[in-house]
Amino acid sequence: MLTKGLPRGWIFGFAISFALTMMLTWSLVYLLVKGTGIWGINIPIGWGFAIINFVWWIGIGHAGTLISAVLLLFRQDWRTSINRFAEAMTLFAVACAGIFPLMHMGRPWLAYWMVPYPNTMAIWPQFRSALVWDVFAVSTYASVSLLFWYVGLVPDLATLRDRAQNKYSKFAFGVFALGWRNSARHWHRYHRAYLLLAALATPLVVSVHTIVGFDFATSLIPGWHNTMFPPYFVAGAVFSGFAMVATLSIPLRYIYNLQDFITERHLDNMGKVMLATGLMVAYGYVMEGFYAWYSANEYETYMQVNRMVGPYAPAYWALIFCNIIVPQLLWSHKCRTTPWILFLITLVISVGMWLERFVIVVTSLHRDFLPSSWDMYYPTAWDWMTYIGTIGLFFALLFIFIRILPMISLFEMRELVEQTTKAAEAVQSPENAGPDSPARRK
Amino acid sequence: MAQIFHPLTNVVSRATIFGALLMAAGALWLIYMITTSDYANQVSVVRAQPVDFSHEHHVSGLGLDCRYCHLSVENSAFAGVPATEICMNCHSQIWSDSPKLAPVRESFRTGMPLKWTRVNDLPDFVHFHHGIHIQKGIQCRTCHGDMEKMPLTWKAGTLHMRWCLDCHRSPEDHVGPRSAVFANSANPLVSTAEDFAEIEKYQVRKQTNCSACHY
Repeated sequence: MLTKGLPRGWIFGFAISFALTMMLTWSLVYLLVKGTGIWGINIPIGWGFAIINFVWWIGIGHAGTLISAVLLLFRQDWRTSINRFAEAMTLFAVACAGIFPLMHMGRPWLAYWMVPYPNTMAIWPQFRSALVWDVFAVSTYASVSLLFWYVGLVPDLATLRDRAQNKYSKFAFGVFALGWRNSARHWHRYHRAYLLLAALATPLVVSVHTIVGFDFATSLIPGWHNTMFPPYFVAGAVFSGFAMVATLSIPLRYIYNLQDFITERHLDNMGKVMLATGLMVAYGYVMEGFYAWYSANEYETYMQVNRMVGPYAPAYWALIFCNIIVPQLLWSHKCRTTPWILFLITLVISVGMWLERFVIVVTSLHRDFLPSSWDMYYPTAWDWMTYIGTIGLFFALLFIFIRILPMISLFEMRELVEQTTKAAEAVQSPENAGPDSPARRK
Repeated sequence: MAQIFHPLTNVVSRATIFGALLMAAGALWLIYMITTSDYANQVSVVRAQPVDFSHEHHVSGLGLDCRYCHLSVENSAFAGVPATEICMNCHSQIWSDSPKLAPVRESFRTGMPLKWTRVNDLPDFVHFHHGIHIQKGIQCRTCHGDMEKMPLTWKAGTLHMRWCLDCHRSPEDHVGPRSAVFANSANPLVSTAEDFAEIEKYQVRKQTNCSACHY
């Protein structure tokens, strides 16, 4: 996939996602000209699509960090064939996520006011506001994820530099390879740095979505003001993130014949993670209902009843169907290892997790404490264009990524081949150990 | 394998690691210095006016009271810019032929007001009230500087929000007796224990919430 010539499928896919990215650009420019009034937001539903999509994208990003950092620290070597593009996916998802709160500010050119810096106004950002915590959490997350991804790429960039055919790509890869010469000292430093970054990234898996959960939980809105939110959001994030990794890896392994690298074992493991986190999320839904009853608070109770039978009830029941009922299929080994079934389940989960954020944001806000301020939220065409546009941006970035960089870590696969070959030699005759077989034998 | 890069690249790349940090820090420092500079804020910069009016001559030289021209300063948000007729109270009699005053006479004849350039101009999203500050014993010169020493008019403060808040957060040296409001630099403000009591009474420090000015 890194050699000359562009496959027709790649051009087709990239063209569609690039067109959607242009639609995103258009809708954002129009937003800047007209203001946030073109969106469906109103008072009381001030958050709308912007926050729904922000949380959805940030959640998707979590799988990348979890796979890279946590599974690295736990020495789960099956992660090697999916970590690279999962990390790339994290970066692109965070880029998409960042657009929404920025644009939701209304005057994004003043976004730097969120950063504490010496200013002529003699005021600091409101450190008690979850919005400021978000700025720190998401920017830390984005920069650590970028560093982690890049540091992991350096040895591969050196390989690409050495194999590059023309001098421009040789130069470009050369600059980014930072003078990597494959020496033992380089490897020693590389492993140190990578482990340190993994240790740094590990708390981020939990912290970022905890902060996003705080955005809701620190308010006094019924349905948000809940101590369960941080862990419930983290579980939901990993759930949707693994769904997205599987959504992407299943077609990729077909198109590029990667069945030897992304094996049934990978699909099986991802299915198990989705099942586990899906059950945690299901527990969250049950607990929301329990709290509404046990709190004996009329607003909480009303909010829960309104979710179930109110005007947004179809969204609520669709969410229960997508996130609780459908993932139960993952108990079956056959469903986990049959790519097309798993693919469909992951799509359903992605939709379900989007619906979850929709239900949390909209149903909690639209019935305010005073009936006089009740209102309905209907997304406008601009809302949809922005949302679909970010999906386009995500895929456009992903297409560029799989075109110019190795989507499976080259050197880690080599290491794995080396280790498994040795291990195999130790226990059995060496004939079975082929260079492309490590994953297959697991 | 042929070398792609010149050996010098090693030095350059090491330098750029720290160079980039220095450049970024330097750029931020430069932006900060520019935004807070007198040049960017037009502090101590004389603005062109239709008539070269001298506060120095009229206040120090002739001893006019501020309120002779800025009529509404004690009661209104806006201090008031004098009407041409106020100028003509005197200038119909003295310097009545001066070419420098031709625009004033022209304005008086046609009824078209003089277009003075505002020197101390706050943005429209800030509500500042002159009256309340005068009533609570803030001297004119606290904000406007020594007007009686300005042959042409310039701004004495940046009018930044920090400039307002600095005074509101520590008003001790700025609140004085009401009788001293219009005093000039010959009678510098001396705050007494009574003034400190008044600061508490006026709740000067509390007027730092957003909606005190932005409403």
